[in-house]
Amino acid sequence: MWKTVVRRFLIMIPQLFVLSLLIFILAKMMPGDPFTGLITPDTDPNRIEELRELAGLNDPWYIQYMHWIANIFQGDFGDSYTFKVSVASLIGDRGMNTLWLSLVSVILTYLIAIPLGVIAGRYQNTLRDKSIVLYSFISYAIPTFVLALIFLYIFGYQLQWFPTSGTVDVSHDKDSWGYFWSKVYHLILPAVTYAFLATTGIIQYLRSEIIDSQTQDYVKTARSKGIPMKKVYTRHIFRNSLLPIAAFLGFSITGILGGSVFIETIFGFPGMGQLFIQSISARDYSVITTLIMLYGFLALLGSLLSDIILSIVDPRIRIE
Amino acid sequence: MTTAKPLLTINHLFTSFRIKDTYYDAIDDVNLTVNENEVLAIVGESGCGKSTLATSIVGLHPEGNTKVIGEILYQNENLVNYSEAKLNKIRGNDIGFIFQDPLSALNPLMRIGDQIEEGLVFHTKLEKEERKERVHNLLDQVGIINPERVARQFPHQLSGGMRQRVMIAIAIACKPRVIIADEPTTALDVTIQAQILDLLLELQQETNAGILLITHDLGVVAEVATRVAVMYAGQVVEVATVEELFSNPKHPYTRSLLNSIPQTERDHDRLQVIKGMVPTLTKMPRVGCRFAARIPWIQAEEHEAEPQMHEVAPGHFVRCTCWQNFHFEEEKGGFEL
Repeated sequence: MWKTVVRRFLIMIPQLFVLSLLIFILAKMMPGDPFTGLITPDTDPNRIEELRELAGLNDPWYIQYMHWIANIFQGDFGDSYTFKVSVASLIGDRGMNTLWLSLVSVILTYLIAIPLGVIAGRYQNTLRDKSIVLYSFISYAIPTFVLALIFLYIFGYQLQWFPTSGTVDVSHDKDSWGYFWSKVYHLILPAVTYAFLATTGIIQYLRSEIIDSQTQDYVKTARSKGIPMKKVYTRHIFRNSLLPIAAFLGFSITGILGGSVFIETIFGFPGMGQLFIQSISARDYSVITTLIMLYGFLALLGSLLSDIILSIVDPRIRIE
Repeated sequence: MTTAKPLLTINHLFTSFRIKDTYYDAIDDVNLTVNENEVLAIVGESGCGKSTLATSIVGLHPEGNTKVIGEILYQNENLVNYSEAKLNKIRGNDIGFIFQDPLSALNPLMRIGDQIEEGLVFHTKLEKEERKERVHNLLDQVGIINPERVARQFPHQLSGGMRQRVMIAIAIACKPRVIIADEPTTALDVTIQAQILDLLLELQQETNAGILLITHDLGVVAEVATRVAVMYAGQVVEVATVEELFSNPKHPYTRSLLNSIPQTERDHDRLQVIKGMVPTLTKMPRVGCRFAARIPWIQAEEHEAEPQMHEVAPGHFVRCTCWQNFHFEEEKGGFEL
């Protein structure tokens, strides 16, 4: 298995190479350059030309590309024009915030979705099932920003149970428990909002998987052995129904590492999604290109992670 | 027929499925007996109700939209009235099941040993170690070499024949008195089929169990059956011993089935078929001879208004009267071309 994992990582190199080329060319094709925003009517055009030459912007694109790639390999992703810090440290800070938010969100999502999906499938067409399906339709129909605003208004402003923005209370000492709990406390509301919306797909999928599994031959075999229905469900139906959900886990972890623009913006949570939108509107190319590269890498990693998870839970799938 | 000891007696069994708001009989007044140490084969085309009959016996049909009425007597108790909990004591313990496709009938995520052991957990008081040993003995009994290793494997790691052997091991784990085998050899290739059938008969010799064998393969019937029941559109149309049925078939449906077996000296370019198909549940005629629609050249007067089973020879029953003057379409009434 480890051989495959290493091989998959090696395959990622050409994939990421193509991606980087595309991103670079697209970024170059966009109008303007990093100096555009700095130019005032009385800037000396010769001075601009000088600076361009100095920054290597007059070199052919492939030379610029080579420089860019060479820098990336040295861990230098350039500097952000708007934040005036290195892209690496910028994404590092935001990334940690988003990582925590994603982890809590995914855990919450699965904690809510799995029992609901199982109950809906097990007791198909009963009141329980119908209420769960109704919930999932509602959560599917509500746009993220609407629900985020509602939650923020009710739990943040009216009831004041949770903070309305930020990731941590600065009054706490770093490395203290208080600091950690403050982080968790700030996470809860955005994570719950995310989970509330993300459960829909999993509930519906799991429900139909369970209904589908009930008619499988191995369930008939299990029943023919005289096992009580409860055991048939726990030993046979649930495990088989959870397979596709488990396989999806890899994608959902890396998927939401990209950050949720709406949730991060509304809850004032400085994460990756927010950064992405900000840098697009500010034409902060070095940040944009790095983020897209990172998203591409995460997507590839997610698919590998899903394959690994599936090979662990399903004995029929062995990656060799 | 020597002194037969009935194990399972089915009297006036009706099984109906709900489609929208109406119940339709898929099994219509079936009367059958499975005796000790015999193989009762049930034959018929797809959709005749063979499998429905099998699952009805221990209530394995989908819950909720199925209704079973009638009598299924096992040890003088009517299984039809049994609760789910009481049926679970019978299932696997007294009545074992073998299904058609051993790949889909085995849980892909469970080790073979665990799947065989499952029934033992609920029906026996054996300790864990004893169960393990029992599983190995069972695998050995069904002809699997290296049982310890196979018990630890998953279904996809075995061949089709081995999987069906595992299915049989599951079915006989608690030494059932009756084994219901629903097309046990259909998914297997011919050489493996013979091995599996031999194994079934061998195991039967040891336990004197009664086997209800459901198949559409008349070759299988000829090979292993003691008695045969031919089913058409939810009804039994002919019952006889296997020798009698093959040498002296009466009902037009039985004759058509036998006629459709390819014969090299006769079928050079065309295969004999039964025209039309089994009517679907909602379109099934509920009055008169159900096979009449597929033998339209037979006059309506030949059929009984309400076809009954008639004993035409000792132990040989035929439904309806249309068999008396039956001829195939290409033959002129009474004499052959």
